[in-house]
Amino acid sequence: MRMPDWFTNLGAPGTFYKFAGRLIPWLAGLAALSFVIGAYGGLVLAPPDYQQGDGYRIIFIHVPAAWMSMFIYVLMAFWGALVLIWRAKIAAALMVSAATLGASFTAITLATGSLWGKPMWGTWWAWDARLTSELVLLFLYIGFIAMQQALPARPQSRRAGAVLLLVGVVNIPIIHYSVQWWNTLHQPATITKFGAPSIAFEMLWPLLVMAISFMAFFAAACLWRTRAELLLNEVHSRWTYQLTNG
Amino acid sequence: MAEFLAMGGYAFYVWSAWAICVLVLAANCVFIALINAKAVRLVHARHQK
Repeated sequence: MRMPDWFTNLGAPGTFYKFAGRLIPWLAGLAALSFVIGAYGGLVLAPPDYQQGDGYRIIFIHVPAAWMSMFIYVLMAFWGALVLIWRAKIAAALMVSAATLGASFTAITLATGSLWGKPMWGTWWAWDARLTSELVLLFLYIGFIAMQQALPARPQSRRAGAVLLLVGVVNIPIIHYSVQWWNTLHQPATITKFGAPSIAFEMLWPLLVMAISFMAFFAAACLWRTRAELLLNEVHSRWTYQLTNG
Repeated sequence: MAEFLAMGGYAFYVWSAWAICVLVLAANCVFIALINAKAVRLVHARHQK
């Protein structure tokens, strides 16, 4: 199977390294700016919830982090498919680079959810379908990272990791639909693709701005980490020689 | 200001959650910066030989 030309050109590690280097400052700037705006909107401008008071303000980090935890995993699985089909070097580097970020967003989701659950539900943790499936996602991330660290042969470890990611994708719809399929302690989705969101606009916009911030942060951090990964993988190549010797 | 910081009695939960989020994201930045520095050092060392 042949890749499209634009993809092949960007698939050259040296080209990608420079492309990522140009993109990172813009993405980092967007992440910082939208974080400040989103935090101000969520912590200061948004009104208190009529039931949860100010305790609901955890939503502005908890929900975007949960979205990112699932989005990153699906993205890693997509890159994993590219690794298995085309043995794409960039996809392999991106897949590995995204793992710690995905695990971090999952850990943030679980920690902030726990901190939100204690005052609202009266417990730090419940073996609820949503919480448990999110915990399984964290284990999948940790399993992938451990596998990459443990296996010495790089191309083989990347392909094995890709298989793990593709198998683990089954957990994503389970997380997403768990609140509909089972009678859970966790509330149903506030924002859905179909129908109007069940949240006031004053609360919705900071949530979406924080989601933009997390997305931009992930893109910047993943590209930054990928640059390191490419340098480590391509240490003997001509483009890294040109990089160090002008 | 004190009212804002009190978060309607949920200060511990709200501020802890936000602090964890900021700390984890910052730790990622530090981690990636260290890996990048190591990678650049390694490449320079290889090509200086």
